[in-house]
Amino acid sequence: MTLKDQLEKIRQERRESIKEVGDLKGLDALRVELLGKKGPITQALRGMKDLPAEERPQFGQFANHVRDELQSAIEAKRDELKQAVLNKRLQEEKIDVTLPGKPVAQGQPHVIQQIVDQIEDLFIGMGYQVLSGPEVEEDKYNFEMMNLPKDHPARDMQDTFYITKEILMRTQTSPMQARTLEKHDFSQGPLKMISPGVVYRRDTDDPTHSHQFHQVEGIVIDKHITMADLKGTLQLVAHELFGDRFDIRLRPSYFPFTEPSVEADITCFNCGGKGCAVCKYTGWIEVLGAGMVHPNVLKIAGVDPEVYGGFAFGLGPDRFAMLKYGVDDIRNFYLNDVRFLTQFSKKG
Amino acid sequence: MKISYSWLNEYLDLKVAPQDLAEKIERSSVEVDEVVQPSAGLKKIVVGKIMSMAPHPDSDHLNVCQVDIGEDELSQIVCGAPNVETGKKVIVALPGSRIANNVKIKRSKMRGVVSNGMICALDEIGFEKDVVPKEWSEGIYFLPEDAEIGAPVYSYIGMDDYLIDVDVTPNRGDMLSVYGVANDLGAIYNQTPNLNHPSVEEIDTATSDKVQLDVDDQVAPIYKMRIVENVKIQASPLWLQIKLWNAGVRPINNVVDVTNYILIKYGQPLHAFDYNKFDGNVVTARYAKAGETLTTLDEEERELDPHDIVIADSQKPIALAGVMGGLNSEIDDQTTTVAIESAVFTPTLIRKTAQRHNLHTSAAQHFERGVNRGGVEEALDAAAQMMHELANGEVLSGIETGASYDVKDEVIDITLTRINHVLGTTLTADQVTQIFKQLGFGVSLSDETFKVTVPPRRWDIHIPADLLEEVARIYGYDEIPATLPSGPTTLGKLTEKQVLIRSSRQLLEALGLNQAISYSLTTADKAGHFMMRDSHETELSWPMTADHTTLRMNLISGLLDDIAYNNARHVKDVALYEQGRVFYKDSADQVRPSEVEHIAGAVSGQLVVDPLRNAKANAVDFYQLKGIVEQYLTNLAIKGDVEFVATDRYPEMHPGRTADILIHGHNVGFIGQIHPLTAESYKINETYVFELNLDALLEMPKEMNQYQAISKYPAVTRDVALLVDKTVTNAEILAQINKRGGAYLKSVHLFDVYAGKNVPNGKQSLAYTLTYQNPQDTLTDDEVNQAFEKVQATLVKELGAEIR
Repeated sequence: MTLKDQLEKIRQERRESIKEVGDLKGLDALRVELLGKKGPITQALRGMKDLPAEERPQFGQFANHVRDELQSAIEAKRDELKQAVLNKRLQEEKIDVTLPGKPVAQGQPHVIQQIVDQIEDLFIGMGYQVLSGPEVEEDKYNFEMMNLPKDHPARDMQDTFYITKEILMRTQTSPMQARTLEKHDFSQGPLKMISPGVVYRRDTDDPTHSHQFHQVEGIVIDKHITMADLKGTLQLVAHELFGDRFDIRLRPSYFPFTEPSVEADITCFNCGGKGCAVCKYTGWIEVLGAGMVHPNVLKIAGVDPEVYGGFAFGLGPDRFAMLKYGVDDIRNFYLNDVRFLTQFSKKG
Repeated sequence: MKISYSWLNEYLDLKVAPQDLAEKIERSSVEVDEVVQPSAGLKKIVVGKIMSMAPHPDSDHLNVCQVDIGEDELSQIVCGAPNVETGKKVIVALPGSRIANNVKIKRSKMRGVVSNGMICALDEIGFEKDVVPKEWSEGIYFLPEDAEIGAPVYSYIGMDDYLIDVDVTPNRGDMLSVYGVANDLGAIYNQTPNLNHPSVEEIDTATSDKVQLDVDDQVAPIYKMRIVENVKIQASPLWLQIKLWNAGVRPINNVVDVTNYILIKYGQPLHAFDYNKFDGNVVTARYAKAGETLTTLDEEERELDPHDIVIADSQKPIALAGVMGGLNSEIDDQTTTVAIESAVFTPTLIRKTAQRHNLHTSAAQHFERGVNRGGVEEALDAAAQMMHELANGEVLSGIETGASYDVKDEVIDITLTRINHVLGTTLTADQVTQIFKQLGFGVSLSDETFKVTVPPRRWDIHIPADLLEEVARIYGYDEIPATLPSGPTTLGKLTEKQVLIRSSRQLLEALGLNQAISYSLTTADKAGHFMMRDSHETELSWPMTADHTTLRMNLISGLLDDIAYNNARHVKDVALYEQGRVFYKDSADQVRPSEVEHIAGAVSGQLVVDPLRNAKANAVDFYQLKGIVEQYLTNLAIKGDVEFVATDRYPEMHPGRTADILIHGHNVGFIGQIHPLTAESYKINETYVFELNLDALLEMPKEMNQYQAISKYPAVTRDVALLVDKTVTNAEILAQINKRGGAYLKSVHLFDVYAGKNVPNGKQSLAYTLTYQNPQDTLTDDEVNQAFEKVQATLVKELGAEIR
């Protein structure tokens, strides 16, 4: 057998044995045995010195070719084995993706807070300040400066928690009108303010009454503020809080601190304005009171009603939340049942 | 107040359906609660005539009646009414009919005798019992002789009318009468209501011969009286009775009914006295005297207050003025001479008298809201004339006046510019003139100023702003455009404090707590729990319930109530926070409490509810809540060190698991576990809480965010495990490490706490990682080792630590 034949035989046999190796360790051993210093190819190359000189280049070329071929066969086998190991691992690592995710801690803002924040953001965008006033108020600000003198019959409309004769739990956020009017420097520009807060009424708690609830007072006073501006502003509130398909209509009403006074109705949530039992078949639901600030209120606060005027409104976040989400019992807002609180987490 | 649609139609030509009319009233005047037709829901109720009757064979009170119901044959109906009578026309509910309260009537047998329906009393077809005239209250009702047999009964007793129930705002007292509503509708529909001043047929005898008036005009600015003699007391004609009962008033007799009718029609309360029951002939209107009593028409004997106002004869009070008459001068069947009072009483006095005696009568309500001061005589004349017509009375000549004054029209100037300026409209002078004319106001225009003359029937109108409302509502709010305020730009933004409050809420939510809003008013007990400082309590002078009497001085008690509510409903995992005010008083006589913003949290059960974990092992503990507070305070970025110092000063807190929270040495709140006894009394499971004075946190100086280059040089760490007495705290160890840590000590972290097996009794093992870094250079081992050894030596020396 010639040296070349020997090499050819090695090539044939070893190509097969490479194919048969089952793991990386075996492949490494084979590589060392085959291509190492004591390996058959090296041996064959050593025997080359016995060949005639003219055959040597050709044989050398052939030997190198065989070595390269076996080497790449080993590399290919290595890739194949590695892939198999990886595949096996990936197979073993398979998990049930339908198992639940790990819970994380996440709290929610109160649904009324969400409404209040939304109202605040809307009005901030229109250049209003946000002010908060005392919850324990003086009769003077809560009533007298709001054009409700001591014997005014409208005082019966709001049953009041008194602390002393002159001190009370505010029944409305309106005293903030008086407090800001008193302080505002009109030479610095118009007064545009909202005042959110908690108010109190001497009511028995039931599905539609709460002795504590929320209001957002609003007031704009400048040299040229109109009823049309009030209507546009309230329309914007309706669109922002409830959606563009909700419209506002105004009706005459009475508040001692506004003249003209209006009640604003919003398109019925239940029927979309077609008329149903919820809206007593009118298509409208009463949501808030508003009006043009009464000249007496301006006068009492030291503002000249001949020069300045404007509108005021009182929004009821509790009522808004009840309408928007169909909450049928106002007490839910103050019991803080976790199953209630966590329902209002949708941000989309 | 229920306003009759058909009555309105006597004065106006209303071409709209009752529902549409109601809608118009609501959009232009006052709210409408509902529109009802009394016959709504009733079916097959017809006029029948009792042709004959015989006693029921098996009953001592039933009668078997043969009733003509307009069909070929008579209908047999068994009737139990005591007043059933042959020849009378009655209300018959036929078989298959529907009477009041949705009750169906079927053919039936009554004690073996067939009854084809039922002969009805008024309340059985929907009349409120308290409006049914006394004579019909115990039996069936007899319809008028001319009622058509077999025809529906509704039109004969006013049940086919529509009643518009208006909810009148305090300013629109004028709408509490048919007259007022007719006038307003006249303005809305541009019609002149057909309301004529009555003329009175008088006899020669003068009223002044019979009565003199002595009136305190502080009590009654207007007080007038007429006398009608020789009246014959009897039931009023049906048309009048219908008007009364449809307005919710029970017909009584022709004299009393006239006064009620006038009240409904004109809105002027009248009172009719039996003149012959007067002592003397002087009638006074005055304050009551101490010790006086009066039995009012409701048969209540009332002790009068000297602030009450009364009508009196020469001896005694005979009426609670403007509120209710006295029994001692009541009109009865024997009355022959009637004194009719038409007056205006001072509203505040009426209001207080009505309140003191809890007598909110219709008359009182009218006086409280005001009456048409220009219409006092008109109402009196109308009443006298009606008593002449309905009771054959003779009206004495002249009106006796005890107090009066010249009631003038209100004249108000307003410019067209002003109107458009405030309403945001572009009305023309003609349009505005037309609106004032429709309202029945006098109007003249010079330049662009309207001089508007408002009659006294609209006593709510005094100032230009009132006219603006009139223009707006008659023009129509729908017609007013919708715009937004224009003018100088103003800056809208949250204040620093508001931003921090919002951030605080968002931080605690991100850390897993749900926002709660609890009641600020609580029990005196709970208000004074968890007090961070001394304070007197603020109490309501007249609370509604025992649960809400006192203003809270802490937020935690409210949160515990919330947890109790959840726990009671088997919701065990509750994580809440609340941001709100507490109310402090430095002394009992401080007038108003100071209102301080607090923020508090309470967690019971698991903060992160993981069903795959053991609920008990995963339950919140002190350190989990402390982690939340620490993270919150870190994010608030207050300058100054935060310290948690063990405290047992809160009686409601676990004495060994509570810490005061100090920032820069200032106490800002506390954290800990609720005392087991407190938990028991609140009926809650194990709960951890914190409360912080948010105002204090907000006012503290804050760290600004500032970029710091991230060191290129590697950090080196060394771990040290210490064996120390259990009394040695983490804070003490950290203080020592930080004190002796050297210039390159960057941070210290506790990574293990252990006591138990392999640790001697009374000892604990704590292990810390110290991280060293030189921002300017690579630290050498020597530098680190030197620093580290120094720390170890300090710990051994200062704290008796054994380095493990």
